Order: sequence, then C-alpha cells, then structure tokens
Amino acid sequence: MSSNLDQLYRQVIMDHYKNPRNKGILEDGALTINMNNPTCGDRIQLTLKVEDGKIESAKFDGEGCSISLASASMMTQAVKGLAVEDAVKLAKIFYDMMLGNDYDDESYDLGDIEALQGVSKFPARIKCATLAWKAMEQGVGKQEEE
Amino acid sequence: MSAKEWRKLFPILDQEVNGKPLVYLDSAATSQKPIQVIETLEKYYKEYNSNVHRGVHTLGTRATDGYEGAREKVRRFIGAKSTQEIIFTRGTTTAINTVARSYGMANLAEGDEIVITPMEHHSNIIPWQQVAKTTGATLKYIPLQPDGTIDLSDVEKTVTEHTKIVSVMQVSNVLGTINPIKEIAAIAHKNGAVMMVDGAQSAPHLKVDVQDLDCDFFAFSAHKMCGPTGIGVLYGKKALLNKMEPVEFGGEMIDFVGLQESTWKELPWKFEGGTPIIAGAIGLGAAIDFLEDIGLDNILKLEHELAGYAMERLNELDGVTIFGPKERAGLVTFNLDDVHPHDVATVLDSEGIAVRAGHHCAQPLMKWLDVSATARASFYLYNTKDDIDTFVKGLRTAKEYFGHVF
Repeated sequence: MSSNLDQLYRQVIMDHYKNPRNKGILEDGALTINMNNPTCGDRIQLTLKVEDGKIESAKFDGEGCSISLASASMMTQAVKGLAVEDAVKLAKIFYDMMLGNDYDDESYDLGDIEALQGVSKFPARIKCATLAWKAMEQGVGKQEEE
Repeated sequence: MSAKEWRKLFPILDQEVNGKPLVYLDSAATSQKPIQVIETLEKYYKEYNSNVHRGVHTLGTRATDGYEGAREKVRRFIGAKSTQEIIFTRGTTTAINTVARSYGMANLAEGDEIVITPMEHHSNIIPWQQVAKTTGATLKYIPLQPDGTIDLSDVEKTVTEHTKIVSVMQVSNVLGTINPIKEIAAIAHKNGAVMMVDGAQSAPHLKVDVQDLDCDFFAFSAHKMCGPTGIGVLYGKKALLNKMEPVEFGGEMIDFVGLQESTWKELPWKFEGGTPIIAGAIGLGAAIDFLEDIGLDNILKLEHELAGYAMERLNELDGVTIFGPKERAGLVTFNLDDVHPHDVATVLDSEGIAVRAGHHCAQPLMKWLDVSATARASFYLYNTKDDIDTFVKGLRTAKEYFGHVF
C-alpha cells in the first residue's frame, strides 16, 4: 500500500468517519445550510447556532465518503465557540492546506484538522474535504446578511 | 486479432499510473482512442484543415469531402436511409436538447405527455422537464422491475393516446440493462407518439439499425466509441426533421438572409449553425472505420464475456452488492459494504485502476436504488480478463485496508 494512501486515510480521519462528532440537527432557530457536491452526490446538512457573532454550536448530517464526513465532523468541532470572523479565517487556512500551500498553523489550534493534510495529494478528493467548510462559510455569510 | 492485440492499438494504455500499469475501466464515461483515430486527427490538422462548404480552394474541398464523407459513414453505421437524416451535434446531450427544444416545444401542449424511465441519464431527463415546464405537458415515468429492467406491460400502461414523445436509453450507463427499444417504439407509435432513443451507451457496443428499431430520433456521442470528444450525432426521420425549426441560427445554416427575414438550408445543414465540428466528424468517421474493421459483433461478444467474468469474480468477495440485471452490457456497477465508492475509487486509483464513483449523472436512479453513490467498472474492446483480475485484487486491497484501519 502506498504511503500517500496512508497519509490520506490517517487513523484520526477514520475515527471521525466511524465516530462522527456533532452528528445531528440543531433545532430552535438554528441556521440550516444544505449543500451538495453535484459531481459525486455527497450531501451535507449543517445547522449552526450563532449568537452575538459567535458560533455557539454546530451539527451536521448527511451522506458521503470518509473524507467528507470526517472533515465535517472535524469542522464542527473546530468552529464551535469561535467568533464568526475567526471561523471564516480558519476556513481560509483549511483551503490553503488543501491546495498544498503554506498555511498558518499558529493563529488557531488546528487539532485533528491537520490530519487532512494528505488530501492535498489527491486533487479529486479536495472537494470532499472542503464541502462542510463551504457550508459553514455560506451559513455565517447568510447570518451577516440578515 | 484478439483483445490483447486490439489493446496495443491504444497508445494511452501503455503507461503506468501511480507506479502500476494502467487498468482503464471507465469506458462508459469516455473510451480511449486508437492510433488510427489519433493519426486521422493529426493528418487533418497537418494537411487539410480548412472551413467547409464555402471555400473555393483545394483545402476547403478536401475538408468538405472529409466532413461529408464522415456523414455517409455514420449513415451506414446506424442504417439510416439518407445522409439528410444525420446531423452532427456536440454530443448526445446536444442532440436530445435539439429534439426537445425544436420538436418538443413546438408540438406539445397542456394535456400532452412525455414518457421516460427512472433509469435515464440526466441528459434524457432535464430537457424533457424543461419542455414540460414550458408547454404544460406532463412528464411520466415507466416503472422499473426490481432487477432494473423494463416490462413491456408497464410501457403499455404508461404510454397513452395523450403521449406525444417517448424517450428511452438503449443501454443503461449504470445498470447495464439493454432495453427493448423496438418493442417500446411500436407501443409509442401505436399511440401516435414519436420515439427518441439515447444511444450513448449502445452505439459503441452493439450494432444499431435505426430503421429496424423504427425509432424517430437516435442520439449518440463519438467519444464513447473511440472517437474524439465534442462531436455526436442526431439521427431523425426526414419527414420529422423537415418540419422542425432549427434551434441555432447563424452562419452555415442559411439559404438566404434579408434584413428582416431569412430562410434555411435544406437538411441536414439547417441544424448545423456555425462552423461545424470538422475535425471531430472526420475523427468520428475514423472511429467508425476502426470499429467496423474489428466488428461490433466481436466487441459485443468480448464485453459479454468480460461482464460475466467480472460478476463471477465480484461474487467471490464478501459484502459486494451488484446493481442491475444478470443479462447486461459490458459494465458492472457495485458497492462494497462499509467502504464508500469514492474511497473504493481512490484505493483502486493508487493501484493504477481507473473506475468511476458517484451518481453517474443518474440521480433519480440512485434514489430508486436507494444509494447516494455507487462505483462502476466499464469495459471496452481493449480490456481483458487480466484487467478484471487486477481490479478484483484491488477491491480486496480496499476491503483489507478499510477493514484494517477500522
């Protein structure tokens, strides 16, 4: 088995895939974002509770491959408790990581997210990993418009 | 010549991907191109690239002869009566859209019905949804049998005297089902409807005879049958095409242009606005020569063997679900328990094996199958049983890999 593949499917990713954190739907006036990846059929429903410019809580539901679901699980963990602007900054850092660019690993605690670094070697899978982050960005964008 | 020798005619297959010999099992998405087609395109651009139907010069004549010669090859290939019935399009999608926009919009109204099936590719669903929305017609679906086939009694029940268009794929790109087009066309005609056939997955693999099928429209793409991308064909019965308006207007398709009014060229050119897909058509002609040289019967026989062998080998693995009927065209769509199809495809790719994973442009069918995505291995004349052995070995690796990390 190639080491690239081992880099893609890190243990911590498989753990998030099998035991997703924050799986489910937030009720009571939470922001709901439905997003899919039209090329492959992955689908995510993200619910966010934003209060005073801060993401109080985030949950996701959906269907997809190991990478997209693990990434969604990690994203909900990472943005919980962050100010909206910090969550958006974190998304940018994540996209840099996906594109194989140098990324800022000091401003925020990236935690498990860094395990997804290997995805950058698999261009066909980058969209799987970014789906949940795009949904989060859309959600907080919608919040700001309101 | 055997399949092993056919394979040598495809230069792209002679390479390593991720350090392993390439095993290409994605021909239902697009086929690879034999050296004959590649050299024909090269020769066109090197020796006689020119616009058609307008230049007086020698190159223009050669290009026109090549382009119109390809039309005659297509006519023969699908058994049409006349080259006037052969329209070059960008592909199957454009061909179906042309019929929907020209015939559909002009001939349908509220109370009329369009009948299709849930196994259709998006390109044979959405154009009809648009016609239904605009005209007020109803879009109806022939139900499928549990094994993904069509029962003619269901066609009889679904198609009524209000049905104006029936449009069905000849071969399913997901299930591999080979649909009884001739019988469905007869039912359509009995009810006064026209019959459109999506031939994208059939024309590359089995002998098509549009007169025998008695379909009114037939669409297919060159790139799935050893030809270049960007070119396809719309066949239509002359009597119908004559009554239809073009959908694209501009150069090449006109007879006379005035300040307020214009008239169209005769068939087939009235449907070919703009500089046509000259190199593409000539490349398609070369692909037809190639396929006829090998013989579609031989291709079908090989694919039948490969599909049977693949199903047999897949059934050796635990936790494999195969979708579609036992009797099928040369493809196998499947899922592995506990491994998402994208992950299957990524592991296979790391072993040099190219398969498709996703919804295969058939979301309604995925819903019918109750899955969000599937993996598909599809075969063509350059594939061998060795490829399938490598593929099954790759699936074992995927299973072990995911079994191990969990």
